[in-house]
Amino acid sequence: MAHDPRTASGGTRTVVVDLVVAGLMFAVGALVAYDSVRLGASWASDGPQAGYFPFYIGTLICISSAVVGVQSVLRLARDAEVFVQKDQLKQIMVILLPSTAYVLGVQWIGIYISSAVFIALFMRIAGRYGWWRSVAVGAMVSVIAFVLFEIWFTIPLPKGPLESALGY
Amino acid sequence: MEELNALFHGFTVVLTPFNLMLMFVGITLGVIIGVLPGLGGANGVAILLPLTFTMPPTSAIIMLSCIYWGALFGGAITSILFNIPGEPWSVATTFDGYPMAQQGRAGEALTGAFTSSFVGALVAVVMFTFLAPLIAKFALQFGPPEFFAVYLLTFCSFVGTGKGNPFKIIASMMLGFAMAAVGIDIITGQLRLTFGFTELLSGFHFLVAVIGLFGIGEILLSMEEGLSFSGKSAKINPRIVLETWRKLPRYWATSIRSCIIGCWMGIIPGGATPASFMSYGIARKMSRDGAKFGNGQLEGVVAPETAAHAAGTSALLPMITLGIPGSPTAAVLLGGLLIWGLQPGPLLFVEQKDFVWGLIASMYLGNVAGLIVVLTAVPLFAAILRVPFAIIAPIIVVICAIGAFTVKNNMLDVWLMLVFGIMGYVFKKLDYPIAPLVLALVLGDAAESSFRQSMLISQGSLTVFWSNWLVGGLTTLALALLAWPFYVALRERLRAAEQSG
Repeated sequence: MAHDPRTASGGTRTVVVDLVVAGLMFAVGALVAYDSVRLGASWASDGPQAGYFPFYIGTLICISSAVVGVQSVLRLARDAEVFVQKDQLKQIMVILLPSTAYVLGVQWIGIYISSAVFIALFMRIAGRYGWWRSVAVGAMVSVIAFVLFEIWFTIPLPKGPLESALGY
Repeated sequence: MEELNALFHGFTVVLTPFNLMLMFVGITLGVIIGVLPGLGGANGVAILLPLTFTMPPTSAIIMLSCIYWGALFGGAITSILFNIPGEPWSVATTFDGYPMAQQGRAGEALTGAFTSSFVGALVAVVMFTFLAPLIAKFALQFGPPEFFAVYLLTFCSFVGTGKGNPFKIIASMMLGFAMAAVGIDIITGQLRLTFGFTELLSGFHFLVAVIGLFGIGEILLSMEEGLSFSGKSAKINPRIVLETWRKLPRYWATSIRSCIIGCWMGIIPGGATPASFMSYGIARKMSRDGAKFGNGQLEGVVAPETAAHAAGTSALLPMITLGIPGSPTAAVLLGGLLIWGLQPGPLLFVEQKDFVWGLIASMYLGNVAGLIVVLTAVPLFAAILRVPFAIIAPIIVVICAIGAFTVKNNMLDVWLMLVFGIMGYVFKKLDYPIAPLVLALVLGDAAESSFRQSMLISQGSLTVFWSNWLVGGLTTLALALLAWPFYVALRERLRAAEQSG
């Protein structure tokens, strides 16, 4: 990493994220244990009940995440390492936000159009390629995927109005 | 010599034009997967797994295991030319491989890496051929307590051999178990952890988790570093290959040591990465040129590559014989077996002879094919790496989305993939290991049912795990491994207290 974590300013510290994640894990563990108790985590006439095994799993998640949480509380004052730098976070958002929009697109208009648009726009905006090249790569990937899945392997992928207009 | 007969039978199974074609397709895809960021062995196999559902299982496993070999070879290319380890076990290869490339000896480094990978894999496959039937025969006598003890050993060895915070390893592993428990309980038929969501009835599919955690998570990590990376160019021609081959016999001692380390460590889960580091460290200590390690010594490439490939191959040994994978990729292959309707474990050697020996024969041929493909096509693969990340990144996201969707033809899985991707990124940054989570997710149901059956046998008493010397030994060993990091930490603290006081 190019940045010195000690001199960098801004951004959440790693130890704080560590604490938050440990807290979330603890909640998940508690939820697992709770649901297991609801189902019955003890011994029935015919053997262990459905919650028997998961109850211990939930308990172990709680114990281990509690220890991780305590460990990060102990480091809270002196650990100054930043979890993610501002410009790094920006870089991540450059792919994460379009990807989320892409998955939304897959749900609405099918995977082929969304993929072509996603790749083309990403290349155009994030990679600063010319329109022609961006659209060509995007379209090519979609066409290859279409031939591979719909025609060769006959595995149907999500499709939208355009594909149904073409008879698929 | 029963094994040799079976092996020859295996070769007759593999040597059909269709299977040979799949082998080369698999190797090529595997190398591409190993070379591209965000598409490692586990993730690549996970994405391609749905395509094999319609194939005969033997052909499917040949292709998928060849993808695995290809990914192992591919990791070396990125390490040497770009100083980017494609897989965790190629980290040690960068130490001497990249300096060699900087000195213009990339061809030599690559030839050395590929050849020693091949040697490591070959030794491991020979061991596999003779050891696997024995272990399988032995494991046929296993009952539920023995199986649970082996599972316990598998998971405890993550804690015992893993670097980093043991509590994070346990938390990550238990999260995997919890995710495996979601859905209909196979024994009582009750719904567990679904909280009224019908989408959760069938639980989390491990393939979706693998694609998200490894694929999308890796893309996010790579994006953090920015969109550009630069690499050294590679020229490989027959002259360089022959010259390097002439040098390699000099390192026979390193090679043998690395094979032994690799074979041994590979059987232990997550073993390939520690095996490559250990082998590099020992080679540096034992070599006459030890002081020059790190400045571009061929021996420093031979050692980790031999061990990593030997470990990667022997990771399949517990997967096939006991149904317990030694690495995330082996876990995905195991998941594949289940989907094709094969029950991994000792019975495979009795009931599915064609499949098992076909797989073993394909290990021999696949590695030969791999060596040929990588030695002839390095410039091509390096060219793929030079395609800018702004083009590669969205294409990989698209491939991952297709892979996640085809698992169950379910749109929810594509969303889950994104969530797992963010989770994978956060876990990587906080040093929560992902491999134990994936293994727990794959093995969760099997581990749970062997635990419940054991409990039924003993009417709820834990003493069943010490009821004979075998199961008792396994359980005790597992608990010792679990306690190991705590013992080390305690000892260090005591020593520190002694020094200060």
